[in-house]
Amino acid sequence: MLNLRLYMLQRITAILMAPLVLGHLAVMIYAIQGGLSAAEVLSRTQGSFLWLLFYGTFAVAVAIHGAIGLRAIVHEWGGLKGVALDVFMWVVGFSLFTLGARAVWAVTFAKGLGA
Amino acid sequence: MTNDVLKVTIERSADVPDVFEVPAFESQTVLDVVSWIQQNADPTLSYRFACRVGMCGSCAMMVNGVPRWTCRTHINKVLDGNEITIGPLRNLPVIKDLAVDMDPFFDKWVSAEGVHHGTLTRVDPIAPVDEDSAARVEANAGIECINCSVCYAACDTVTGNPEYLGPAALQRAWTLLNDAKDEGRVAILDAVSGSGGCHNCHSMGSCTAYCPNDLDPMSAIAGLKRETAKSFFKRGR
Repeated sequence: MLNLRLYMLQRITAILMAPLVLGHLAVMIYAIQGGLSAAEVLSRTQGSFLWLLFYGTFAVAVAIHGAIGLRAIVHEWGGLKGVALDVFMWVVGFSLFTLGARAVWAVTFAKGLGA
Repeated sequence: MTNDVLKVTIERSADVPDVFEVPAFESQTVLDVVSWIQQNADPTLSYRFACRVGMCGSCAMMVNGVPRWTCRTHINKVLDGNEITIGPLRNLPVIKDLAVDMDPFFDKWVSAEGVHHGTLTRVDPIAPVDEDSAARVEANAGIECINCSVCYAACDTVTGNPEYLGPAALQRAWTLLNDAKDEGRVAILDAVSGSGGCHNCHSMGSCTAYCPNDLDPMSAIAGLKRETAKSFFKRGR
């Protein structure tokens, strides 16, 4: 069900996410000092390559890590296997990536609120 | 013991469990109780044992829901009042009553490359073994396995993932990986890296908790995870 490649992907993405989670929490605490507004968030992220890299990496890591983790759960607890299990993993991974990438794209490039 | 009769429930594969009344003796094992039933109450009861001294690994059963070697388990240690429930080992197909089919368990030993990989012939000198080397210490820690399948029955990962090789087979792979006389390193690492391999272990530790010989398969599996991870970066697989 989990081979070496999936295992390594999940571990490597976990190592990647550890500092990203800490950075994300630190920014959250910093950002809400004196109130929180969309304009303030966007002023930080729009056009910023570093924030794109930070949250882009985060979104990719979450998609891979979460899809493999849920693969193990639905196999052992739900009995899903074979092609269905692979399809499930890819759908979850792709969905998580789409959700994350869409948000990252929006706060970096999209024009609209606060822009 | 104040009770002189034990109420023994045998979980036979089919329908309802059978309940037997067995005389309590000062000193008897769970296996003695099962044997008493077979010899005095129900000769059709099927079960398996051989050595009766904890060496052969054939008498393991579920005792009050927990896997145990029944020949070395004193009945007083596991009685609930004067009652006890005995069933066939978990995670293996039942042949009849308390006898399970051990084939899947042993097949997985072979699938994990739990076989000797020798390169020397009988005319070569015997390979020296350094008893104090770190690898030999790791190997020695796991070689007293008696193949009783208690760890395999205790493992929830095996229950949820029938393809998983299980603690005993993986521990044997780990001892061979650390054995100076075994040359199967690549074959072993490949065998434990497949879809049923060591990476499915969640380190829940039931194998180590229930091993009747106090072995530590969970740490052996952790060792395999480390070695395969190193190999992943070196060889790309």
